[in-house]
Amino acid sequence: MADTIPLTPVKLTAKDFKSDQEVRWCPGCGDYAILAAVQQFMPELGIPRENIVFVSGIGCSSRFPYYMNTYGMHSIHGRAPAIATGLSTSRPDLSVWVVTGDGDALSIGGNHLIHALRRNVNLKILLFNNRIYGLTKGQYSPTSEIGKITKSTPAGSADSPFNPLSLALGAEATFVARTIDSDRKHLQSVLRAAAGHEGSAFVEIYQNCNIFNDGAFDLIKDPSARDEHLIRLEQGRPITFGADDRFSVVHPEGSFGLKVQEGGSAIVHDATVDDPAYAFALSRLSGSELTTTPIGVFRDVQRPSYDEIVRKQVLDARAQSTGTPEEMLGELLSAGDTWTIL
Amino acid sequence: MVDIAGWIFDHTATVGNGPGPLRKEWRRSLEVTNCGLAIDRLKLPDRVLWRFNVAAPAKRVEQLDRVVIRFAGDSGDGMQLTGDRFTSETAQLGNDISTLPNFPAEIRAPAGTLPGVSSFQVHFADYDILTPGDAPNVLVAMNPAALKANLAELPAGADIIVNTDEFTKRNLSKVGYAVSPLEDGSLDGYAVHPVALTSMTIGALAETGVAKKDAERAKNMFALGLLSWMYSRPFESTLRFLERKFAKRPDLVEANKTAFQAGWNYGETTEAFTVRYEVKPARMRPGTYRNITGNQALALGLVASAVRSRLPLFLGAYPITPASDILHEISKHKRFGITTVQAEDEIAAIGAALGASYGGALGVTTTSGPGVALKSETISLAIALELPLVIVDVQRAGPSTGMPTKTEQADLNMALFGRHGEAPLAVIAPRSPSDCFHAALEASRIALTYRTPVILLSDNYVANGSEPWMLPSVDELPDISVAFTTAPNAPDGKFLPYLRDPETLARPWAIPGTPGLEHRIGGLEKADKTGDISYDPANHEHMVRIRQARIDAIPVPDVDVEDPQENARVLVLGWGSTYGPIGAACRALRQRGLPIAQAHLRHLSPLPANLGEVLAGYDKVVVPEMNLGQLASVIRAKYLIDAMPFNQVSGLPFTAATLESMLEDVVKNG
Repeated sequence: MADTIPLTPVKLTAKDFKSDQEVRWCPGCGDYAILAAVQQFMPELGIPRENIVFVSGIGCSSRFPYYMNTYGMHSIHGRAPAIATGLSTSRPDLSVWVVTGDGDALSIGGNHLIHALRRNVNLKILLFNNRIYGLTKGQYSPTSEIGKITKSTPAGSADSPFNPLSLALGAEATFVARTIDSDRKHLQSVLRAAAGHEGSAFVEIYQNCNIFNDGAFDLIKDPSARDEHLIRLEQGRPITFGADDRFSVVHPEGSFGLKVQEGGSAIVHDATVDDPAYAFALSRLSGSELTTTPIGVFRDVQRPSYDEIVRKQVLDARAQSTGTPEEMLGELLSAGDTWTIL
Repeated sequence: MVDIAGWIFDHTATVGNGPGPLRKEWRRSLEVTNCGLAIDRLKLPDRVLWRFNVAAPAKRVEQLDRVVIRFAGDSGDGMQLTGDRFTSETAQLGNDISTLPNFPAEIRAPAGTLPGVSSFQVHFADYDILTPGDAPNVLVAMNPAALKANLAELPAGADIIVNTDEFTKRNLSKVGYAVSPLEDGSLDGYAVHPVALTSMTIGALAETGVAKKDAERAKNMFALGLLSWMYSRPFESTLRFLERKFAKRPDLVEANKTAFQAGWNYGETTEAFTVRYEVKPARMRPGTYRNITGNQALALGLVASAVRSRLPLFLGAYPITPASDILHEISKHKRFGITTVQAEDEIAAIGAALGASYGGALGVTTTSGPGVALKSETISLAIALELPLVIVDVQRAGPSTGMPTKTEQADLNMALFGRHGEAPLAVIAPRSPSDCFHAALEASRIALTYRTPVILLSDNYVANGSEPWMLPSVDELPDISVAFTTAPNAPDGKFLPYLRDPETLARPWAIPGTPGLEHRIGGLEKADKTGDISYDPANHEHMVRIRQARIDAIPVPDVDVEDPQENARVLVLGWGSTYGPIGAACRALRQRGLPIAQAHLRHLSPLPANLGEVLAGYDKVVVPEMNLGQLASVIRAKYLIDAMPFNQVSGLPFTAATLESMLEDVVKNG
């Protein structure tokens, strides 16, 4: 967390972060669980409510700011990272969170997302991925599996999905993580890590849309099956999963990537590895079938934030100049070749 | 071998229109070794007698009241720089000036071709002038393409200085000249001055040791030196400029200075130029001046807005011709607490600016028409959020990519109406290069005071044109600061983000970081006062109407009418950059005893309150625009008068002559 953000001595609670607005997602929507988890987590930051801003785009997830008793802006489709870039860059005292969805961030707003990440703007980006367009009532999204049958694709979708984490890593993201709406403890642990990261933090949250894409993540949620499919990444721990850790993530000799196998020498997870190839290899373990899906922090490396670099340029320029703003303006206006008429 | 000094040389053909050098072929046929300019002629029934003077004559000095010079060459020839320096020298002297660059969008079009011609026109006078001049009195043509591209605009008798070194067979054929126009008599109606610019420059630099390529490139400084001599310009500032420009290459400083000096000396000593001209300083209001382009002035106006609002300025921009220079200029002035972000696209540029405005900065985005189209959705959001935002549109010829380096005023409809839903905002347009400074301050003032996006409609003509600007006193610039809301505004201690100031109808600007005022805003329709999401029909009706009403209620100054004799029956109504040509045309008509009134709009939304009354006072209202009648349509619809559109969409500004002849017809024939 940037040291430019003030802290409050007042102990806040989850209730302090609930706004007076009625929450209007469909009953049973995964967004409720995420909202509750975020509201419960926020007091941990110790940041006064007025210094926290949630900025969203358009879509079901983007209603999120209305329900947070902080500052907030529900903006336009796909543009939240751009708007938040201006806010964060000009206000180092704010903790700026972007709430977006798979359509908002990866389709109409794809350009802003990748550029916010490459710049390393000090934003915490929460992408609620339900692999469907919910607010427009059920068209396939850029994370829907190929062949998805929806209202707009009665014969099945023809386009291959994005892997959001691979995309973020390709865009030079310094912090990349994945979590699940229904696992509050894990979700909050990821939020904690994201909040502590200086620069862009990209968090994909698998979120169930019980109306248009119900059960999309059952394979990794169902208590009876998930242990065989869900890979929990923990810093400094060998990457194993399944009953009695029977599966290991290994780096086969001579191979570029990682793979899952029974037994063998599991690699030890280290999110701070500078080479993004490692996190990228991890991100490739899960295809759209989710049969082996890592969650947790994939990558967490340090690089100066855009905000910091831009602010430093302004501060340096100020430090090198003398006089009041009015005096400086007078000098600027009369710079160059002038002549005087008496 | 003969020397024809003082001789009467007779010839049966007509030789040009006036004094000038003896034509080459006659020099050859007479085996003339040495001959000066023709200084006199005697027309006899069967022939013309010419008197020549061979001795380097004491250069005559003629007084002129105004001159228009056009420097034209290949886009790589440095014509913009040459024109710019000549302008600066001219400004130093105290003439009034107006300039017009004209260049292709291609950075380096194929050398020597017509599309590659770049030119810079400067008009200077001993009185106040309003335009860069319709037609040049002097053309400097660095190659055949530059001659061909500009010849049609030259009046008979104009001086043409040509770089003969470039009139090679190859270069001539590139532009379709079968025979050199210097030799086929086609330029007989002009005073042609053939000068071997390139070879003389290379010759002058032979001793300096610079590479031949660098020496050849200094030929524009030779031309500048010659013109500076011809028009008696003070050149110290150019020498200083060269020292600054090539600070890292002392050899080039020396080369360019030497080339400049060689050009000057050539004028001084050659017999090809017998007359030197002077244009006395103009009577201008006392003060300190600088020459400034519209884009520079606009950038400085935005910097001044930061200072006078006491807010950090945040500029989000994406490179686009002809607006990029504003981003370049502002990014040099971070010491004023200015942040500039070169965004990934036009949408992100305005998004970041709006985000910064939300955080309490003065958010600005600068672009041209195609960029405004992309920003449209975010402008609508800013209208719904009721936050300050300045959108600068330096208009260029459209639609689509159109002609990026040519001018047009065809974005007015887009500025006024180009958004989804009922989405009103304020629109203002500068009338001249230096006016861009004040228009930028005014745009910022309206945006901040009334919490609204403001579109500032500049165009390529004012953006790249220049004129002298009397520097304002910083203390006299308007104070445009506004207060953030820091305390609850409702009697019950709550904060209502859409409770309006009864005077300005602006909502409170409560920025993040303000304790107790946490609130959420967004693009969904908001309930009056509370800002909560609302789908209530009556509320939407109210909110749509109040968004319009609050723009309509922005007080803007009454429009002034210039009608010195107060007897005009025809009014010319313009807006933006047409002020100069319209003003010049009106002056010319009045000088000829034809009464005409001129009114010029700076505020296009809202329109001045007195406009209806002004328009009703005339029999005929003419609206010249560089579009197909966009303001005229607004005027006809709003005031129900038979406003007469007069339109030009050539990518070039109106000439005063075009407007004068059109208006003369209206004044005389109704």
